[in-house]
Amino acid sequence: MAERTLYDKIWQSHTVGLLPTGQTQLFIGLHLIHEITTAPAFDMLREKGMDVAFRDRTFATVDHIVPTDMRQRPFLDKEAEDLTQALERNVAQFGVEFFGLDSMNQGIVHVIGPQLGLTQPGMTLACGDSHTSTHGAFGTLAFGIGTSQVRDVLATQTLAMDKLKVRRINVNGALGTGVYAKDVILHIIRQLGVGGGKGFAYEYGGEVIDRMNMEERMTVCNMSIEGGALVGYVNPDQTTFDYLKGRPHAPKGEAFDKAVKYWQSVASDTDAKFDEFVNYEGKDIEPTVTWGINPGQSVGVSEKMPLPDKLSDPESAKKAYEHMGWTPGAPIIGTPVNVAFIGSCTNGRLADFRAAAKIAKGRKVNPNVRALVVPGSAEVKKLAEAEGLDKIFEEAGFQWREAGCSMCLAMNPDKLNGREVSASSSNRNFIGRQGSPQGRTLLMSPAMVVAAALNGKVVDVRQYE
Amino acid sequence: MSEIIKIVKITGTALPMRGNEIDTDRIIPARYLKEVSFARMGDYPFFDERYTGEGKKKDHPFNDPEYSGASILFVNKNFGCGSSREHAPQALNRFGIKVIVGESFAAIFAGNCTMMGVPTVTASEKDIQQLIKSVEENPKTEYTVDIDNKTLTYGKVKIAIDLPDTYRTALTMGSWDSTALLRANLEQVKQTAKKLPYMNNFAS
Ligand code: SF4
Repeated sequence: MAERTLYDKIWQSHTVGLLPTGQTQLFIGLHLIHEITTAPAFDMLREKGMDVAFRDRTFATVDHIVPTDMRQRPFLDKEAEDLTQALERNVAQFGVEFFGLDSMNQGIVHVIGPQLGLTQPGMTLACGDSHTSTHGAFGTLAFGIGTSQVRDVLATQTLAMDKLKVRRINVNGALGTGVYAKDVILHIIRQLGVGGGKGFAYEYGGEVIDRMNMEERMTVCNMSIEGGALVGYVNPDQTTFDYLKGRPHAPKGEAFDKAVKYWQSVASDTDAKFDEFVNYEGKDIEPTVTWGINPGQSVGVSEKMPLPDKLSDPESAKKAYEHMGWTPGAPIIGTPVNVAFIGSCTNGRLADFRAAAKIAKGRKVNPNVRALVVPGSAEVKKLAEAEGLDKIFEEAGFQWREAGCSMCLAMNPDKLNGREVSASSSNRNFIGRQGSPQGRTLLMSPAMVVAAALNGKVVDVRQYE
Repeated sequence: MSEIIKIVKITGTALPMRGNEIDTDRIIPARYLKEVSFARMGDYPFFDERYTGEGKKKDHPFNDPEYSGASILFVNKNFGCGSSREHAPQALNRFGIKVIVGESFAAIFAGNCTMMGVPTVTASEKDIQQLIKSVEENPKTEYTVDIDNKTLTYGKVKIAIDLPDTYRTALTMGSWDSTALLRANLEQVKQTAKKLPYMNNFAS
């Protein structure tokens, strides 16, 4: 049968049946868990005397609350220690494979899944974290879920779901120098709105996406949820297969060739029917910076911050200005920056660090800026160090840390203080997100973060490229 | 599973929380995610907006004694966007909220609420404005949210509300706690799994 999207195909092959509620029971091929959303789910299993239904399809790590400087146990933060211990107990009791702090495979769930070759095309994947859409870069249907759904997946390896519509988003042409995957997704969210993806899966394609490496595709898919789309994906192609080849959990030898055939077969048909189409031109995308309190409130770096009355939602914009303290209509360039953060599941991978290091090399962070680089996984850290990127960052005045989520959500000791403004490569600029209720966050690409760190204010990174 | 609880109708007073795009970081700041259980979540909704750094109460609908005891929450657009944390609906629910009425909701948040038996229902922008006004003018107003018939009534006013049919069925049938429902098909689950080539790492 032709005319089907990747979404349709995977949905169909993973359907267990229709539930009396009208929802579909969908099989989940891979379940990734971490310390934050799982403790109550395991408690519920224990209460009801249930087992983990498919424990060999379940993998655990610690990422959200781990300190990235001193990792000595017990952690200084007692609650972080308790939560980590709860996970350690749970994985031991239920027999789930665990990449703990001493494992080379520890890291942010959305970094280690791909890196280990666990995330594969044609699969369904769930994780109790909203940025699970990251894995869609592989042509995987990946769902961010809540704790009671974590319980459902643990107990049954399935979810009760409603089918989404599919919006194809083409990014045509080519990107200019100094313009990165992060700018592409910020641009898309700005255009379609933070709620614009509601009820949709986003399929990303077009020349710009086709040319991206896997890490760049992950950056794009990662922020689908910030545009309101539960699922975002890119069709698997040779870039995907090359990335997977030789990874620890990827099929080997003859099985790999078979896998490639299957992976090719799940891509959307050339005549696939989409519910909606949108087109963007790569050349229209500038380095992009958020000025407000949601990821859709952004401008190109050469633009001025918008006047609330010119926007579709003036109320949200006014609220944003109230918190941020900027003047509507002022240029975004020159906005002061006190903290620079490079990391997170959006931009905490080797390719991100290479791009950032290129700008940082031989330059110095402004003395008024506290700057840190936090690898997305222990493996990313090792690879970056092998290339000497850590030295480049440290010589420039960045701190080089252990792997974790860190200042993306500041559940560990890495936090903003007071009204500090952070230039951040993460994915959320919500009020309070980076640990200070009064703190302010400007989202941008890792290269732009470096440029901001060097100058103590927002500048156009293209002056360095 | 324990007894079946059907959620068909909710009657009570309401609490208005104005604003679009109220995200789950605001509903429950991340530091409270470190607690190993949900038990104390009811103390925390909107904590950073409700208290000063020194722990003094600020002006906030969730602090206002006029609204104490409310079981219905009125909100605007895209409520609950952002982080998937279930702590957010847990915090609201444990605070006493049994149903949320808004212009629109973020998908994960709405799913989390439904699975806890807290309906998230939508109404038109105009109706929401009217509802918020009515409760601000008279916090003692009683509202009835009828999930089955998709209506909300108070005094002589009756407005249309909406929610996805699958959620409505789950709530009114009492099958919103989905684990039991899914677990009943474990045999079919295994059959589906067997047909997926990656389940045996493409060996056969
Ligand atoms: S890096 Fe940030 S968004 Fe990603 S998993 Fe960690 S906390 Fe969530």
